[in-house]
Amino acid sequence: MKEKESLFSPRNLKSLTGPLSAGNPVIVLVLGICPTLAVTSQMKPAIVMSLSVMAVLSIGNVIISLLRNTIPPRIRIIVQLTVIAALVILVDQVLKAYVFEVSQKLSVFVGLIITNCIIMGRLEAFAMANKPWPSFLDGIGNSLGFGFILIILSFFRELLGAGTVYGYPVFEKIGLYSTGYVDNGLMSKAPMALILVGILIWIHRSFNKDLIESK
Amino acid sequence: MENIISIFVKSIFIDNMVFAFFLGMCSYLAVSKTVKTATGLGIAVIFVLGITVPVNYLINKYLLTEGALIWLSPSFIDVDLSFLSFIMFIAVIASMVQLVEMIVEKFAPTLYTNLGIFLPLIAVNCAILGGSLFMVNNEFQTVGQATTFGLGSGVGWFLAIIGIAAIREKIKYSNVPAPLRGLGITFIITGLMGMAFMCFMGIKL
Repeated sequence: MKEKESLFSPRNLKSLTGPLSAGNPVIVLVLGICPTLAVTSQMKPAIVMSLSVMAVLSIGNVIISLLRNTIPPRIRIIVQLTVIAALVILVDQVLKAYVFEVSQKLSVFVGLIITNCIIMGRLEAFAMANKPWPSFLDGIGNSLGFGFILIILSFFRELLGAGTVYGYPVFEKIGLYSTGYVDNGLMSKAPMALILVGILIWIHRSFNKDLIESK
Repeated sequence: MENIISIFVKSIFIDNMVFAFFLGMCSYLAVSKTVKTATGLGIAVIFVLGITVPVNYLINKYLLTEGALIWLSPSFIDVDLSFLSFIMFIAVIASMVQLVEMIVEKFAPTLYTNLGIFLPLIAVNCAILGGSLFMVNNEFQTVGQATTFGLGSGVGWFLAIIGIAAIREKIKYSNVPAPLRGLGITFIITGLMGMAFMCFMGIKL
């Protein structure tokens, strides 16, 4: 019997904070790109998406971690998918009941949380080999890292694309339009999201030299 | 017939899975280092989308939508199982991928070795689940239209991954700023390709 680890031991804290920068699921591990790009044209759907992913990932991690010794390895992917799909159905129903307009805006992307590679990746790589509590922290940490990128992207895309922040018309209030400024509509289109992620990776890697890929 | 052609062209170019909806980005970025592997994955995606979209269409039409179970008994007219669609679709996709893998292994061993590990990976490619979910949103009338949509989306994805793989092979010889090397520049190129594809739908800013 190993001695009991405290709830917030350094190792547990690392699984909580690591994914924020050096092990970020989006810009370092390149997981969960589809929702990152698709829902970030405005801040509100981006925040709702981050919270949904957080709910699915943390609960899914705990469930799989509890089941980890009973799942036969050959069918583990099907078991994981079933657990995720059941959780996503719950999230979808909750969203439809309480934030209907946002759920309309997210359309198929709520369903696509099922195939969000962050979730499959964390279940497979972490929850299958760890106890429930560290798995829960890992789930929260990774979804925070994911949400962090989503919020940065959606902030810039909404500000430059529509001149608003969380629906509040900033540029109109400070009177920028009267000086002849025009919103860059391309910002809310698909290609700019990709280019912004590219720039984000550029900035992140200039500060984290060890992540630079060798030629 | 015209309808079928327009669905096909629309799903390849205008509603391109990668450039318009960012679906299947994970494998798109991970497997686009050489044209050869990209071709393998692209063909596998066309294959699986062409099978799963019509199957899910039938399931959705005869089991899940409101009043769909009427063929069993008229008393089921109010039954609406559409909230089960996610779990049904992903189950169909996972089992179809498994089935396709076994069939290909038995009857086309060369294709099987070429596709290699890509076939099982496809189960978690969001382009496949996305194809089925968009199929529900588009409300197609016949199985033919749904199949065309599935194949067209697959071809669109195939074109996208071949394009980026070819560019990445060339860009190896270019002098990219160090922090942008690899992943970063791939994102930016994909963005530029997306802008080119935007011309098909006409740009509204």
